[in-house]
Amino acid sequence: MSGVRVLVGTRKGAFILTSDGKRQKWDVSGPHFAGWELYHLKGSPADPNRIYASQSSGWFGQVIQRSDDGGQTWHQPGTPAGEESTEPGAMPKGHSNKFVYDTSSGSGKPLTTHQWYDGTQHPWEFKRVWHLEPSLNDPDAVYAGIEDAALFRSSDGGESWHELAGLRGHGTGPKWQPGAGGMCLHTILLDPKNPDRIFIAISAAGAFRTDDGGKTWKPINRGLRSQYIPDPSAEVGHCVHHIAMNSSRPSVLFMQKHWDVMRSDDAGDSWKEVSGNLPTDFGFAIDVHAHEPETIYVVPIKSDSEHYVHDAKLRVYRSRSGGNEWEPLTKGLPQSNCYVNVLRDAMAVDSLDNCGVYFGTTGGQVYASADAGDSWNPIVRDLPAVLSVEVQTLR
Amino acid sequence: MIRLVLPPHLRTLAQVKGEVQLEVKGQVTQRTVLDALEARYPMLRGTIRDHETLQRRAFLRFFACEEDLSHESPDAALPEKVASGAEPFLIIGAIAGG
Repeated sequence: MSGVRVLVGTRKGAFILTSDGKRQKWDVSGPHFAGWELYHLKGSPADPNRIYASQSSGWFGQVIQRSDDGGQTWHQPGTPAGEESTEPGAMPKGHSNKFVYDTSSGSGKPLTTHQWYDGTQHPWEFKRVWHLEPSLNDPDAVYAGIEDAALFRSSDGGESWHELAGLRGHGTGPKWQPGAGGMCLHTILLDPKNPDRIFIAISAAGAFRTDDGGKTWKPINRGLRSQYIPDPSAEVGHCVHHIAMNSSRPSVLFMQKHWDVMRSDDAGDSWKEVSGNLPTDFGFAIDVHAHEPETIYVVPIKSDSEHYVHDAKLRVYRSRSGGNEWEPLTKGLPQSNCYVNVLRDAMAVDSLDNCGVYFGTTGGQVYASADAGDSWNPIVRDLPAVLSVEVQTLR
Repeated sequence: MIRLVLPPHLRTLAQVKGEVQLEVKGQVTQRTVLDALEARYPMLRGTIRDHETLQRRAFLRFFACEEDLSHESPDAALPEKVASGAEPFLIIGAIAGG
């Protein structure tokens, strides 16, 4: 019996929504980690019972949580749950939330400062984990995209983390600067056909790619134009909001930039705009149909100064031609007096035969479509503001 | 025995209810109390003070005996009533945020 599990991160906890393959009736569990910000939760493709969660708070900082039973129970990796470690000389194991930048020269000579809002150089300071990307084939391996922007990896189920320092060390780091949401590494895409290739994106630096498993990186921003930076075609400085791919065609990437929806057919070496007839090409979320690699989804947002949907209508736009030609999907979605946003990690697809599409809003609704976007229903309507939505297809 | 009161979210992480009681060897200071707390509840490492610098997180305060001790040296002796267990050492979440 197939089914889906939707992992929802919100401003005040996590929720897990489950259904069978029909996706009509839903069970809702939560809040997990009540009162904390859950920027992201994601399950391991290699073991769907293994789920990682980023739990954070302005008061208490970062915590990493892990479930080994599909989200029923959670623990901080490496830390005995509720156990004491008072043996003489025993080392505390609570390191699963320890993210220390690698400044050693042997691992890529990472730079120690980036550009600050006032144009001065500012030291890298860890703030939180925005995105967790489990390995495609090892449940104990997981990547973390953090603020201030860097990429970390754990190979022991989240107990300890080390930085892939070649990213910050490749040379443009001093030109990276924070966007309004902070200088975050928010997107991590693992190439299913090439285990040495990873794509990441940073606001506001741009997109980057490694072809050697994370040792060395290069910016992949050619073709992006951003009027809000002094040189609109600069190598870095672009506020990339999200990137998505279809796993069957990992060299084709789709990007929602601050403004502009973009497409690359050469693994990011060059980009072209495919905003076409969208009512506005500002937005955050973008995703690709699980079985139709030319079918993509975005949620146009009115503008960068008005972070809510265009024309007070919640509309998902779908292109079946890989961009440029878009159709609004409105059935089941509010078409008046709507002023919500859909954040960058708050859209996902399942891989059932009739592809399901899901997204969450800052108004606390999670909408699902079991027919590739033709019609929508709210699974829940009144959660805290939704930060992230991920889907596990269970078979 | 030192008595320590955690904010509710940290009690949840540490899986404790009510006050925490800690045995602290040597002088009773913020540092020795927090060292003892983190040794017994390692899941709290990084949530009260920074992993590397050991500085207090900005939105947390340390109170005891009706005084704000947040800006005292971490190596200064805590009040005798805390050292004797007559009064608890309070870790307080600041009234801030949403």
